[in-house]
Amino acid sequence: MSLTLLEGNEAVAWGAHRAGCNFFAGYPITPATTILNTMMKILPPKGGICIQGEDEIASMGFCLGASMAGMKVMTATSGPGISLYSENISFAIGSEIPIVIIDVQRLGPSTGSATKGADGDIQFLRWGSSGGLPVIVLAPMDVSDCYLLTVHAFNLAETFRCPVFIASNKEIGMTRESLELDAVALPPMVQRTAAPDNAPYLPFATTGISGVPDFMPVGGETIARQTSSTHGPDGYITVDPEVIAKNQARLRKKLEDSLDTFTFYDEHMEADAEVLVITYGISARSVMAAAKKCSISGTPVSVLTLKTLWPVPEALIKKKASGYKRVLVVEMNLGQYIHEIRRILSNHSVGFLGQMDGNLITPSQIEEFITNA
Amino acid sequence: MHSFIDSSRPPAYCPGCSHEVVTRALDKAFLQMGLHQNQVVIVSDIGCSGLFDIFFKTHAFHGLHGRALTYATGIKLARPDLHVVVTMGDGGLGIGGAHLLSTCRRNIDITLLILNNFNYGMTGGQFSATTPPDALVGSGFLNQIEKPMDACRVMRAAGASYVTRISAYQSDLSAEMEQAIRFNGFSAMDIWGICPGRYARRNKTTFKTIQAAIESLPPFHGPVPENFREEYGEHYRQKASMQKPLPAPMEVAKKFPALFNDRKEILILGSAGQRIVTAGEILSYAGLTAGLHATQKNDYPITVLRGHSACEVILSPDKIDYAGITAPDVILALGQEGIDRKKALFSNCREDTFVLVDSTAEIPDCRGTILSIDFKGKKIKRQDMAMAALSLLAQQQRLINPDMLEAALSIRFKGSTLDRVLALVRHFAIVENNG
Ligand code: SF4
Repeated sequence: MSLTLLEGNEAVAWGAHRAGCNFFAGYPITPATTILNTMMKILPPKGGICIQGEDEIASMGFCLGASMAGMKVMTATSGPGISLYSENISFAIGSEIPIVIIDVQRLGPSTGSATKGADGDIQFLRWGSSGGLPVIVLAPMDVSDCYLLTVHAFNLAETFRCPVFIASNKEIGMTRESLELDAVALPPMVQRTAAPDNAPYLPFATTGISGVPDFMPVGGETIARQTSSTHGPDGYITVDPEVIAKNQARLRKKLEDSLDTFTFYDEHMEADAEVLVITYGISARSVMAAAKKCSISGTPVSVLTLKTLWPVPEALIKKKASGYKRVLVVEMNLGQYIHEIRRILSNHSVGFLGQMDGNLITPSQIEEFITNA
Repeated sequence: MHSFIDSSRPPAYCPGCSHEVVTRALDKAFLQMGLHQNQVVIVSDIGCSGLFDIFFKTHAFHGLHGRALTYATGIKLARPDLHVVVTMGDGGLGIGGAHLLSTCRRNIDITLLILNNFNYGMTGGQFSATTPPDALVGSGFLNQIEKPMDACRVMRAAGASYVTRISAYQSDLSAEMEQAIRFNGFSAMDIWGICPGRYARRNKTTFKTIQAAIESLPPFHGPVPENFREEYGEHYRQKASMQKPLPAPMEVAKKFPALFNDRKEILILGSAGQRIVTAGEILSYAGLTAGLHATQKNDYPITVLRGHSACEVILSPDKIDYAGITAPDVILALGQEGIDRKKALFSNCREDTFVLVDSTAEIPDCRGTILSIDFKGKKIKRQDMAMAALSLLAQQQRLINPDMLEAALSIRFKGSTLDRVLALVRHFAIVENNG
């Protein structure tokens, strides 16, 4: 066995490299900066491009331009930068521009604490764009997830032509950790589907109600159009309510209908458990430590760790929660994803443990919560 | 080809709008250059200047307000062979100011056409960054109390290597555009025109008033020699080609049997400049050589060479779940600031917690087994104390042994630095053995 020592942020960068990322732009911000630093070392010598924008808005703009010219792009920031990305995120959603966005979350609100962790952006990532259409959000719990989920994120961005977020956390991104790189089962690399040469190219034409448009790069042989305006299949402004409605519905369905192909999770199921803890991110590790202790002390506990947070894997959550007397949600904020769980498991009693003081939720807090709540 | 303009989507501005004149001139410039439509990308901003991409049969990218230069930069970096032309109004100039300055500084080979008509036409004639103070606009008196910006002077000051100020009605506009597009570097044209739909209704604007206004200002006609330098993309690629590839992350094979079979929590506490974080990394690598999993968390302020430095390392034969420290097994207390930072954790020590303390530092009361070392007396420099402490752990076969430590050092250091740290840990061991 061989082990490698990497920061979560470095693992993201290497995952991006494995996924074929050849363009990165970002603006320095703790705790995400080491992604920019690592990409700066990886990409230029390999003929890729890594640049530092004058601000987060420019960094996103560079990425969107480069993505539409056919490159595989990524950017990385923390909560304050996601705020500045917002308008360009809406653009990438509505105009179907593949991009991977890493959010190494830090304690908010606002400037908050640069070097303290939190999972405070979980609803923000889903809803922090105009129009309210879905995005994909994946949540790593450790360094090997940072590596693996980044590769998945690129594949999903290419497959569905949409922004894909990695909801990391200072506690993962800036923690150096051992992993067995060779043991991480990486999926094969996916490229966006090229449009056939033999038909006139309509940049947003799709087949079916949940299709994804085929791609031709801006600057290729065939003329390609990209626009942030409400558009029809030809990429020109449309005011036809039927065309508009169909397109909005498709932007939802293209993700939601395929959710089962990217529902990532870990589970630790104990046969006699009456309690299921649903969690994600760094908190999942405290939950696992607590579950082991509970098991030793005679209270077996099951754990479902979600790695796909958005779109919400409702079918999975319902299936895994069935038969449990109690469900508990543990997350590093004052209650965000709990709203999804309560909505889905409306017949369950769903308890909540959260914390937002810059510290990790400890296994003993969770153990106490499980045994006393 | 007779025109780059899409005959099925003819320009549709208000009657008499100078944007139409500019649209025709741009078409002519492309034709004069003998370009093919797929060699050109028009990146348009928001507002009436944002309609340009619709009327041309070229590649088109229409994004957010003020951000056109950022998309154009991404496209040009991805495809250096393309001709990238940005159309933006005086509105985009204002809201995208940061991008304007940075694009000038970068000198990337894109051409910016500022369609400057002194107001926000599309939203109803509000004042913009270039509205004269005496104009009547849709923003009440607000334009009267701001100074309009001279885009050309700002761009020259920001490092633009090609800037032209011109009237939309100048007869050689298309030839001027061709010059700007042909220029290898960032080129910008501040094109003054008439917005009959909004601005000219209340403000007398004619070909003549525009010409007179331009003539009253310092002239800008193309190349700005003081700012000449390499084109950004070419320069980038040249520099990039000289960078050494980053080696793939190193894999450390298990070489030694581990000295323990449960989770161990280690705190290394000191001050900036004491190489606390490096010591944590060495300890983690030493663990890896014994097939142990490791986590390392560092805590230090934003200042360099000032303040605390604290490092938390966990070593375990199993994958590490919770990566925080609750009850330390070993504390290396080497500097007061780090000790003070983590003082709460001292109360969690067990009797068998090994606490190594620099004799000049003070630690809170704790139950652990304390060993005080006079590093100074042993001629160990401040920046070498952490390494010496690791050497002592290894000598005592605590967590790691000397083989693991030396293997870790050869992973982390090379050449003369490696020789120096190896000498340090071996020498310190001898000093310690000799009492
Ligand atoms: S509002 Fe002004 S700038 Fe816009 S199309 Fe009409 S005349 Fe031209």
